[in-house]
Amino acid sequence: MADTIGTWPLIIRPGFTLGGTGGGIARNKEEFQTIVTRGLDASLNTEVLIEESLLGWKEFEMEVMCDRKGNAVIVCSIENVDPMGVHTGDSITIAPIQTLTDREYQAMRDDSLKVMKAIGVETGGSNVQWAVNPETGRRIIIEMNPRVSRSSALASKATGFPIAKIAALLAVGYTLDELRNDITGSTPSCFEPSLDYIVTKVPRFTFEKFPKADSTLGTQMKSVGEAMAIGRNLKQSFQKALRSLETGRAGFGADGKDEKYESASDEVLAEEIARPSAERIFYVRAAFRRGWNVDRVYELSGIDRYFLRHFEELACFEDEIRSAGTLENLKKDHSLFRQIKEFGYSDRQIAFLLGCTEKDVSRARRETGLIPVFGSVDTCAGEFEARTPYYYSCYADHGEPRRDSAGKKSIMILGGGPNRIGQGIEFDYCCCHAAFALRKAGYEVVMVNSNPETVSTDYDTSDKLYFEPLTLEDVMHVYEREGCSGVIVQFGGQTPLNLAQKLKDAGANVIGTSPDDIDLAEDRDYFKQLSAKIGILQPENGIAHNPEEAMEVCRRIGYPVLVRPSFVLGGRGMVIVHHEENLREFVEQAEAIAPGKPILIDRFLQNAVELDVDCISDGHRTVIGAILEHVEPAGIHSGDSASITPPMTLSQEIQEKVREYARAFAKELHVCGLMNMQLAVKDGQIYMIEVNPRASRTVPFVSKAIGVPLAGLASLCQTGKTLDELGFTEEVKIPYVAVKEAVFPFVKFPGVDVVLSPEMKSTGEVMSLDRDYGLAYLKSQIAAGNRLPSSGNVFISIKDEDKPKVVPLARRLEKLGYHLYATRGTSTLLYDNGIKTNAIFRISRGRPNLLDLIRDKEVQWIVNTTEQGEEAMVDEVQIRSKAIIAGIPLTTTLEGLVAAIEGLTDKMDFGRFEVCSLQEYHRHIHTALKR
Amino acid sequence: MPSYMWKEKREKKAFLALADGTIFHGVGFGAEQDTVGEVVFNTGMSGYQEILTDPSYAGQFVTLTAPEIGNYGCNADDVESRALFLNGLIIHELNLPSNFRSEWSLDEYLKQNGKSGIFGVDTRALTLLLRDRGSQKAYLHVSKEPVDEKEAVRRAQEWEGLDGRDYASKVTCQARYEFNAEGRFHVAAYDFGIKLNILRELAAADCRVTVFPAKTPAEEILADNPDGVFLSNGPADPSAVTYALENIRKLLGKKPLMGICLGHQLLGIACGATCGRLKFGHHGCNHPVRNLLTGAVEITSQNHNYALQKLPDCLEMTHLNLNDNTVEGIRHKSLPAFSVQYHPEAAPGPHDSQQLFDEFRKLMEK
Repeated sequence: MADTIGTWPLIIRPGFTLGGTGGGIARNKEEFQTIVTRGLDASLNTEVLIEESLLGWKEFEMEVMCDRKGNAVIVCSIENVDPMGVHTGDSITIAPIQTLTDREYQAMRDDSLKVMKAIGVETGGSNVQWAVNPETGRRIIIEMNPRVSRSSALASKATGFPIAKIAALLAVGYTLDELRNDITGSTPSCFEPSLDYIVTKVPRFTFEKFPKADSTLGTQMKSVGEAMAIGRNLKQSFQKALRSLETGRAGFGADGKDEKYESASDEVLAEEIARPSAERIFYVRAAFRRGWNVDRVYELSGIDRYFLRHFEELACFEDEIRSAGTLENLKKDHSLFRQIKEFGYSDRQIAFLLGCTEKDVSRARRETGLIPVFGSVDTCAGEFEARTPYYYSCYADHGEPRRDSAGKKSIMILGGGPNRIGQGIEFDYCCCHAAFALRKAGYEVVMVNSNPETVSTDYDTSDKLYFEPLTLEDVMHVYEREGCSGVIVQFGGQTPLNLAQKLKDAGANVIGTSPDDIDLAEDRDYFKQLSAKIGILQPENGIAHNPEEAMEVCRRIGYPVLVRPSFVLGGRGMVIVHHEENLREFVEQAEAIAPGKPILIDRFLQNAVELDVDCISDGHRTVIGAILEHVEPAGIHSGDSASITPPMTLSQEIQEKVREYARAFAKELHVCGLMNMQLAVKDGQIYMIEVNPRASRTVPFVSKAIGVPLAGLASLCQTGKTLDELGFTEEVKIPYVAVKEAVFPFVKFPGVDVVLSPEMKSTGEVMSLDRDYGLAYLKSQIAAGNRLPSSGNVFISIKDEDKPKVVPLARRLEKLGYHLYATRGTSTLLYDNGIKTNAIFRISRGRPNLLDLIRDKEVQWIVNTTEQGEEAMVDEVQIRSKAIIAGIPLTTTLEGLVAAIEGLTDKMDFGRFEVCSLQEYHRHIHTALKR
Repeated sequence: MPSYMWKEKREKKAFLALADGTIFHGVGFGAEQDTVGEVVFNTGMSGYQEILTDPSYAGQFVTLTAPEIGNYGCNADDVESRALFLNGLIIHELNLPSNFRSEWSLDEYLKQNGKSGIFGVDTRALTLLLRDRGSQKAYLHVSKEPVDEKEAVRRAQEWEGLDGRDYASKVTCQARYEFNAEGRFHVAAYDFGIKLNILRELAAADCRVTVFPAKTPAEEILADNPDGVFLSNGPADPSAVTYALENIRKLLGKKPLMGICLGHQLLGIACGATCGRLKFGHHGCNHPVRNLLTGAVEITSQNHNYALQKLPDCLEMTHLNLNDNTVEGIRHKSLPAFSVQYHPEAAPGPHDSQQLFDEFRKLMEK
């Protein structure tokens, strides 16, 4: 087929996958072979699409909505900044379309509607993607999805047209003209939103979590989240989006973090501008700072000149800001100050360029009366009055008048910003529930967030929605404008928590657990004292500032140790070190991740059981939400471990002790709201690992398991209600089992090791319920896409320390009717114990080996455990990567295997799973909760 | 480094003075001449060149609510008439072009055609003002001749306005001409400010079109014996185009009639309908209109300040604006004549309503 098309490069897209899994761009025959093979494996219907490469063409998207009567509208049009070749999900995108004439736009619109008709979409939303040759205007359809898609959420938030909501109503028979436009309240939904602002979406990546993954962007989506920003012009919108991303950048550069890009040689700069990546945009800025012109950058990047001109202007404008010389001078030049803000520069950027502090800039700006006004997302460019308050900040003459709170007290809830590993929609769940509860209790809820993929940024979740970056500057403007009586920082994850102290200093009333107490929990010395006071053990630990100190600490506390940089999220850079010879390397890595920050070292508790406890406190009484026992042992990040409640293996006595500790910590830390504790249990001893006085990742899971909206209750506690008043005074005992299992993005990153470690890697989770532990676990595996076979061949390869435990497990597998394969060592061990296996070679030793089995689809389940924290053996990395790509279920811990065998055994006994609704499960629990 | 005019952008020496005394500051571009006219806003997100060349905007300043303008430049093809008829363009941000069809930047285009523009204006503020207070008379100052703001406001107030003014005769062609020499049907089109895309659509519907100046007597049209007569769109107030009303009455029943926009208003008034001014008019590309005969909703392109209100018994309403329930289309109950307020020819705007030209053809077939 490649020969028929006759040109390189070619694009390969596997059929029936999400986010382009397994696809790629082949520039020659070898690459073509590799990608096609991978694509065929990833495709659910073993099909790949091979097409002419449109690399460098302009990319556009149209969100279409139609009803059963044939009425159809374009909800939103989107133009990608990154040209064709980069997955839309990984592109910076702008709405509405900017560089097409009306003729070209309408022709695209006509064809999008024709596509809907031709595909036979009866009702609902679809998206149609187009590529346009920038030189000739030749337009080609790339794909269409007859369903709501990732971009539907973006389109909904960008326009105020709630695509999914309307699609649901259309599906049950309504027509577009019968449905009201919620935003105006007076016009029908059968219209096309008109935007008088510019929307920018920037993808959020986590390549730092997967250092071995190729950071070049292509047709396979690699981003894990996105931020959206709205501005009155492109520059404002673009800069706001970059600072919404929370990657530490204050906008489009000019924040002191451009050294890497600005110091690149011309060759590197040219290469990096030609190579699509998360950082390309900053190389583009560096090029303009260096004096390269738009045409040169265009030739390299293919980014449309329209966008490049804006980027160039911003890069050059930095000198105009600098020309003010000092903040004092700038203060005197109101029109320049205002122009800077109109260009979207944050106070932080101005501070960097003028060599002062953000606080100084903020004060000077306010003194000259320069504060933003707020525009409204009204769906109609001002033609009709908007009823729904949905705002964005901008610097302009006119702002929407503040809407009266109708005598209600306003409470601000800060969202979590873009999804990333370690901070995902779990926190948005908490924000939403807090909003629901507070609104019900008579408060006016003001929501601030920048993530278009969330429910918190639906215009009907809060009373007033502000689509803003979660920075001190942007948040305080909203706080002041709305005259909020308090701000809740506990629910949005680390993002608002990091702002807590600054908000308090700026005069905001942070309600719930105080910022000081939040900081105290992070203070290791204080925490040590507190643990001693409460009488709980901590793993032996120490702090080091260099490899020598680290070695000393380790000699004192003994190996293995857990080494991690301080002040990081999601276990970033955390490793387990078993021997002194590996220590130095890891300490150096940790130093690189958080330069200048101390390195934390803990004695690693091998084979300990890890626990998560979520509880709620009103400042006096503390009630346990649930104790979760991790399936995987300590050493695997809690976010990556399967968790089970009620705990499986813990004695009542231990559980009671855990509860006591929770109550004691909540009291000492003056917790008002939610608190999460992580503990480890080894040989009957309980060790404290960490306490977080905030909503945790597991709150949604626990809330659903016990049928109690913990986040909602917590928000009410923060406004002064007691748990007594709320009727939540006792831990809920559930007569069933709930399991949470993590979902991983490994399949998107070929070559990256799949082993679980103290660094969190999962991007999602699933939950399952059953009356029985094993069945609940098995359901969770199915839900997570790890469909364990009920018969067939199982390959077992076990690390040495697990070998004694594997014999009874292998026996049970044999009994369940599986055929076992193992490498020589494991095979001999099992043979000696009377278990028959097929012995195969280690990959590096000969053939047939496991790779052959995988290729021939001879193996249906792979069990492969390895030393934690060690540089994984080449063999094992290969095994796991191939298994993931081949879609073969993979179990990487013995604990996981135990749970799976339990489940498979029970399933065989019961013959089926229990299928009940969540409400049916909840019928069995008893609480005094006032709903 | 290109010239960014940052200083000029800060100084904002040009301004738009509204008759109500409000001043909007900005930066002048295009031709350097002051003008007076009526300010309206258009919510379409693309199509500024079509708007610039639409004769219906004669006497008006058009405020574009889309914030970034000029992005795709201007070209020789996307024109809707022989010239630029509006008084001036009011925008938020002015960009250099980036589009394979672009021949001139927006600034160059306005300069070449002797029209002024102002950018850097808070167009949302202006739009909301127009929405709340209605269309406004205004004075646009972009020239180097200094004008006092108060004086500018006075000039705006003193301007005669569009109500009761016949602008059709100002924009119509001087003599009859042919468009599309071949075609099954012969259509006589009254040019009250006709858009080229109407002619293109008629041609696509297999019509040979003869375009006549606005004041051409009905007798002259009938002497040509066309298969149908088309009443075009056009600027300003239909009640002032009295000569057209007389001609339409003479043609009604003798030839199938189709009207668009001003032509629709004229047909309605000629049949006895009343016509009034809308507060700020309809100008945009996203207005939902229900076809009352089929129930279907079309997303339409619109540009009008006046609308038919009370219809006589001989007329039937065929189209309804779903935003504000105004009359969007009529047909005569017994005679072959129909018209729509919106623009089925689009340009700019969606092509949902092109089939109306086929309906005209069907009327001519009978």
